[in-house]
Amino acid sequence: MKWPDGAAFAALLEDSAEDLYDNAPCGYVSYLLDGTIAKINATLLSWLGHDRDDLVGRRRFSDLLTVGGRMYYETHFAPLLQMQGELGGVALEMKAANGTRLPVLLTSTVKRGPGGEAQLIRTTVFDARDRRAYEEELLRARQQAERERDRAQQLARTLQQTLLPPALPDVRGVEVEAYYHPASLDQVGGDFYDLFPLAGDTWGFFLGDVSGKGVDAAVVTSLTRYTLRAAAINDPEPVSVLKHLNTVLTRAKPRLCTVIYGTIRPTADGATITLATGGHTPPVLIGADGVAELVRMPGGQLVGVLPDARFVTAEVLLGPGDALLFYTDGLTEARVGDGRYSEEALRDHLGGLAPATAESVIAAVTLLLTDLGDGVEDDTALLALSVQPPGATSPVS
Amino acid sequence: MDVLRRNNVVVTGSETGPVVLLAHGFGCDQNLWRRVLPDLAERCRVVLFDHTGCGRSDVSAWSPERYGTLDGYAGDVLEICRELDLRDVVLVGHSVSAMIAVLAANEEPERFSQLVLLTPSPCYVDDGDYHGGFSREDVDELLVALESNYLGWSSTMAPLIVDNPDRPELADELKNSFCRTDPAIARVFARATFLSDNREDLRKVTVPTLVIQCAVDAIAPPEVGLYTHEQIPGSKLVTLNAIGHCPQLSAPEMTAEAILEFVNGR
Repeated sequence: MKWPDGAAFAALLEDSAEDLYDNAPCGYVSYLLDGTIAKINATLLSWLGHDRDDLVGRRRFSDLLTVGGRMYYETHFAPLLQMQGELGGVALEMKAANGTRLPVLLTSTVKRGPGGEAQLIRTTVFDARDRRAYEEELLRARQQAERERDRAQQLARTLQQTLLPPALPDVRGVEVEAYYHPASLDQVGGDFYDLFPLAGDTWGFFLGDVSGKGVDAAVVTSLTRYTLRAAAINDPEPVSVLKHLNTVLTRAKPRLCTVIYGTIRPTADGATITLATGGHTPPVLIGADGVAELVRMPGGQLVGVLPDARFVTAEVLLGPGDALLFYTDGLTEARVGDGRYSEEALRDHLGGLAPATAESVIAAVTLLLTDLGDGVEDDTALLALSVQPPGATSPVS
Repeated sequence: MDVLRRNNVVVTGSETGPVVLLAHGFGCDQNLWRRVLPDLAERCRVVLFDHTGCGRSDVSAWSPERYGTLDGYAGDVLEICRELDLRDVVLVGHSVSAMIAVLAANEEPERFSQLVLLTPSPCYVDDGDYHGGFSREDVDELLVALESNYLGWSSTMAPLIVDNPDRPELADELKNSFCRTDPAIARVFARATFLSDNREDLRKVTVPTLVIQCAVDAIAPPEVGLYTHEQIPGSKLVTLNAIGHCPQLSAPEMTAEAILEFVNGR
């Protein structure tokens, strides 16, 4: 383009301040502190389809807004402007004379007199139709994403519930309590537990952890749970139950799984607990005398990896005032500072509870999980058994 | 639950004067009282707070269940009174907090000596002969306006500001940093504010009440203030020659004077 010569350039720039005000590419409006319109430019008048004489001295600025916009203006815009003296980038809708709506962005400043007193509010109005259309797209996308997330969480919750028993059955002479601590609302964890009656005066139970999370883990968890229950009815002997599970899992989709399976047989003053484990964290036995110990069963191998995995057993005699806690490693692997919480730390923590009940153990560990907070990165399943100390009254069930 | 921290409670003013508890309305926080604060603090023990979810309150204590109705906010007011063991309280509620004050005073009338309802409306939506000034569609329009404005809200900055009250420069990094509210919380508060109907609660008020309204108010028009006054037995009505919904900002001297005159006349 050729740069205009002197005279033509002067003619080009001849526009007065008044012309610049009236025909600016944005709207200008000034109003008194009570909102009465004092001055308005031609651009805004043409956008709104109003005559200057109908507005100046006759209408308030908020009259030009939609009713909802006016509510926003009075509850947010006006107080902020009064406190700050300026306000920028507020999205509102103005109403044109013919009823159509014009999405705008408003920026306002307060003009002050020599003594600092507020005199006039100056507002610039930008046409925001394109921006608003785009924002509406974003808003719709966000609302859609929120709905999807709610649905995913609902699904995860429902699925998780199907993997856990809705309530534990009563076991003669033994108090039982369980708790599931989900690490995430969005994903199904791979932890599980169950407790159920077997033939005669015997109950079976298990607690375990399938590696991974989400739908794949849930499929294996479900398979594991039903296999264990079916195997226990066939032959409740703990090692044969785990061998049965191992056979099923190694032939299905291979997936690591640690599990502890056991039976409860009530005795005259307590219960005999027979356990078998495949690589699971050792349960904590809290004796009535206040001595807590880890019931280690070395040599047990992970379930679902080797076709002829080896499993080991142990027998625990639960006497009056004794309690036994089974848990998954979400608890003992929780981050604490630079390190991890541990089986030993858990054992020491629970020693002070004696004589413990299943309820007091679960309550103490639930509190512990709250204290560990964000350090608990994985789901945690808890199952506790206890025998009442002598002289205690039966809990009302 | 630390109630004083949850609601960012501030106690200031005269040690010996009557206790005046100031409850802010929808759209802002306790900052809204700052122009009437000097006058009130000279003569009264002033207690300020932010509603849960607003200003510098503990946002983690907010839930849509508790704060989806005005009862949740009224419960907070009573909890603050109990925590500070406040008695003979003059409870001043602006805008929606006028109805929150009515609910609190009806729940525990023995705790309050006087109520001041500043630009109140017991029901914003028109209903038969009752003219509240708005339709259901108007309220929906407001919700849209709330969704399109973040005004000083940024989900990354907000926790920084709330957790570092001793570093105001953090707040200054955001424009419009007064009255920050998470848009999701503002939406729930807006619904509770503009869709509540507390007309039935007015008749049950037994605490001496002053209604203060503005001559021109687009949110709570004079006929709504008159209705509130007529429904509350024995109440007084003062109409300020002021414009807008927030006379404590636009006409602070007149507003403080009306409150103090009522408090002194008790």
